[in-house]
Parts: sequence; structure tokens; C-alpha cells
Amino acid sequence: MNIYVDNAATTRMSDAAVAAMMPYMQSVYGNPSSLHTAGQEAAEALVTAREEMAALLGCEPREIIFTSGGSEADNQAIVSAARIGQRKGKKHIISSAFEHHAVLHTLKKLEKEGFEVTLLEVGSVGTVTAAQVAEAIREDTCLVTIMYANNEIGSVMPIAEIGAVCREKGVLFHTDAVQAAGHLAIDVKAQNIDMLSLSAHKFHGPKGVGALYVRKGILLTNLIEGGAQERGKRAGTENVPAIVGMAAAFKEACGLREQNAAYLTALRDKLIAGLSAIPHSVLNGDPENRLPGNVHFCFEGIEGESLLLLLDAKGICASSGSACTSGSLEPSHVLLAIGRPHEIAHGSLRLSLCPENTEEQVDYMLKAIPEVVAYLRGMSPVWRDMVEGRKEFIIK
Amino acid sequence: MALYSEKVMDHFQNPRNVGVIENADGIGEVGNARCGDIMKIYLKIDADVITDVKFETFGCGSAIASSSMATEMIKGKPLAEALQLTNKAVAEALDGLPPHKMHCSVLAEEAIKKAVQNYYDNNGIAYDPAEFPNCHDCEHCGM
Repeated sequence: MNIYVDNAATTRMSDAAVAAMMPYMQSVYGNPSSLHTAGQEAAEALVTAREEMAALLGCEPREIIFTSGGSEADNQAIVSAARIGQRKGKKHIISSAFEHHAVLHTLKKLEKEGFEVTLLEVGSVGTVTAAQVAEAIREDTCLVTIMYANNEIGSVMPIAEIGAVCREKGVLFHTDAVQAAGHLAIDVKAQNIDMLSLSAHKFHGPKGVGALYVRKGILLTNLIEGGAQERGKRAGTENVPAIVGMAAAFKEACGLREQNAAYLTALRDKLIAGLSAIPHSVLNGDPENRLPGNVHFCFEGIEGESLLLLLDAKGICASSGSACTSGSLEPSHVLLAIGRPHEIAHGSLRLSLCPENTEEQVDYMLKAIPEVVAYLRGMSPVWRDMVEGRKEFIIK
Repeated sequence: MALYSEKVMDHFQNPRNVGVIENADGIGEVGNARCGDIMKIYLKIDADVITDVKFETFGCGSAIASSSMATEMIKGKPLAEALQLTNKAVAEALDGLPPHKMHCSVLAEEAIKKAVQNYYDNNGIAYDPAEFPNCHDCEHCGM
């Protein structure tokens, strides 16, 4: 059996996205900035894609900037808000401890420039409340950036409530919606979102393309200089096939969103119930407000990389927050942020589902995963120490 | 290009000498769960020869493979020879490890030395402590 359950890392492109892209590689291949017919046909495709993305996000087409992906969109949103704040002498930014590194590393860079960053704690469930944000906002706060949904543990944040607080206090609000777009409802006006980042390959679109929604009137700072593309805010010839593919994938994902969410939630909850039966295991992330396809566990006494390799040998492509997979010895900052000790954080497993996964696959995983966990525990001196009472279990 | 060599995958998926030796003559444990690797080696020693060896490992694929290979390399060998085993030799026998995984082979070398040291301590055999590892010499987990 071949089971791909790493859809939070990336997804298989949908037929609709591939079909939409094809003409823009060999037939309509002009540069949208060219005056000739070939170029103008490509420019029209961009206009349509922008209109479609805007309609699905609840904004105007001119409020969409196409980027190379979620990381670029996050970088540009945060740097832009920081520059706006700086000009008014406001150099305080609020974010959370478990953001994606595209956000955290950009904030680190700004800290070196003299910005002050408050990272809100996310508690043991892994969430941020609007009250926390309200309490942290100061006179000199220029930006609140809180992710819509966490990429590792799947917690969904109360974005509309946070947006309302920020709007009331007159502070710009950016959300990294890379894991949410196409999976959760988005209406930037109703949710009072000023800036939002998304990435196409997380919703069955192509890699290397994303979008930044930025509310009219917010001045963007360029990360890339060199041309008049994207209203002069993002230079470089537009990746027309990818942008068209992103719009097609987003349209499809949003159209099927409720249906997909219901299907995935059922599979997810079956996996969560089954894996919870493994002794000394714990679900990470918010059990209620959770991405429909996210399952994330820690298993005591084992290490995540060996778990992933053995699952891979059984045909299961999964992921972990394990240090070993990333080449660093530090475990996931997300698991540490929700208070998992290092020992536990090393033994994590993330299964991220998509509508192509089936109940048969879930049943197979519910057989394979407990077997592999038991096998690895069988050779773990840590597990033996706990079973034989020389060491306390951390996960009861 | 796979992350690991075929040899590493073989020793990881079919580890040799996994388990515990009851009444072992020497036991060595290195690493800590905080940094994600613990290796424990059990030795049975008869007339200065390692007659049996077992291991238990909490760690990544290369840690398990390194333990398995290292136990194979010292089984049936005189203690003096086992003490000569270097982490490089373990890594080479596995057809190499990725650079950031080399510390796994270091753990294997150190676990064996610690088990021998434990045997010496248990039996009042004199040795030069400088020839044995000290966990604090290794910086890899920053403890």
C-alpha cells in the first residue's frame, strides 16, 4: 500500500490545476508585460486569475500580489508593516511562539534593527486568544501577525476575533494562512484581516507560487526590485502558468471546502481515536479547533525519525517534528512552545490528510503505526527504564 | 539519493544483537533522551574476550544502525581489540553516514568503551581513565 499523508508539507496537484496550466507553457507563453498579442493574452490570464483569487478571498483584485509562495508573502507583509510603523515611531510587533519560521526569522531580523517583538504564549493546547492579543497591544504596536492554523499541530486560531481586536485598536493584522487557505473559510473583510499570505502547493496547486492579500491603502515595501510587475511591488516576470494553476486549484478547493472538511474530519477523528489507544501517547494541538486533515501525536520512549523510516518502509509517507529529520538536534519549536519536554518532542508523528486518502488507508495505518511504535519501544532503553519503574512516564 | 546507504537501512531495519543480557559483565549507557539518542550496550566477557553483546537504542535510524554494526564488529573479539574500535570504523562499515549523523557512530564507540570500563570497575581491574570517554567531552547535545 502506498499512502501519502504529508499534505501539510505539500500536495499532489489536482487535475484541474494541471489542465489549467498547460496552455500557458507552450501556447500562451508570452510575457504579460509585452505589448504584442502573445503578451496580452498572458496578461489577460493574469487578470482573470487575480479576479478569481480576489473573489474567493473576499477582496478586490488590486489587493492581491502574486509571490513565489507563502514565505515570500510572509516576509513582505511583515517587513512592510514594520516600515510603516517605523515611520510613525512604532516599533513593537506581536506574534506567537509557534509561528512558521518564515514569520519568526523575519521578526528576528527586525529585532536586530531595534524592533521589539512580543511572542504570545500558546498554552498546552496550542492556541492564541483575542484577549491575549488585546492585552499585548501597546501604543507603539505596529503589527499583529498570528497564523490562521498551525502547520505542525493543526490548531486553528480565532482569526476573526483577533482581527476585530486589531481593527478596534487600529493595529495592522497579518495572518499566515498557508495551512488554512483552501481548507478553512476565509473572508478578509468580514474577518478584519489587513494582510494574508497563502501558498498554492498546500491546496493541490503548483509549487513556487503564492499570494499576498494586502488591504488597499497599506503601502508595501519591495523585497525584489527591478520592474513594474504587481503594481511595482514585486518585480520579476510573473510565473503565469503557476498563477493560473493556483487560481484553478484554489477555486476547486474552496468550492469543495465544506464537503472535503466533513470527509477529512471523519478520517482524522478515526485516526485520533485509534492512535490514542496506544499507551503513553498524546494528541498535540487543539482537539476542537483543528485543521480537518491534521493528526499529530507524541509517543513516549521512541524517536521520530526511526518511526518515520519504518513507516516509509511500510508505504506510509508521514512527517514528524523530529529534530533528526531537519538535521538539527533541537526538537520542534512548536512542541516546545506547547510545553512538551525535549524527551517527548523527539517522538512525534504528523499525519496530514487530503481528500485522496481513504478509510482503507486509515485502517491500514491504525494497524501499522501501533506495530512500529511497539517495535521501537521494544529496543528502547528509555522505554525499558519506564516500564520497569526506574523512570517515571511523562505521558501518563 | 536516499538519506542513508543500503547498509545503514539494512542494519536499521534488521538490527543485529538487539536486547538485554541478564547478569551482564559490563553495561555502558551514553547519550540522553533530551538530545534524542540513548545507547545502551551489554557485554558478556570471558577471559578478556567478548563472548556476547546486546544493545538497546532510543534514537534515529543511524543511531540504531550504528549500534547494530558496532555490536557485530566487537562480538567474539578480545577486549583490547574492542577498545580500539573507532567511530570512523563503524561509519565506514556502514558505507558512510550523513555528516550531521556522525555523532551516532561516536555514541556507539563510547557506549562500548563505557561498558568495558564498567566491567573493569566491577572486577577491580586497573585502567587509565584518560582512555575512556567522558560524556561532558562531547558537545553535541550542548548539555
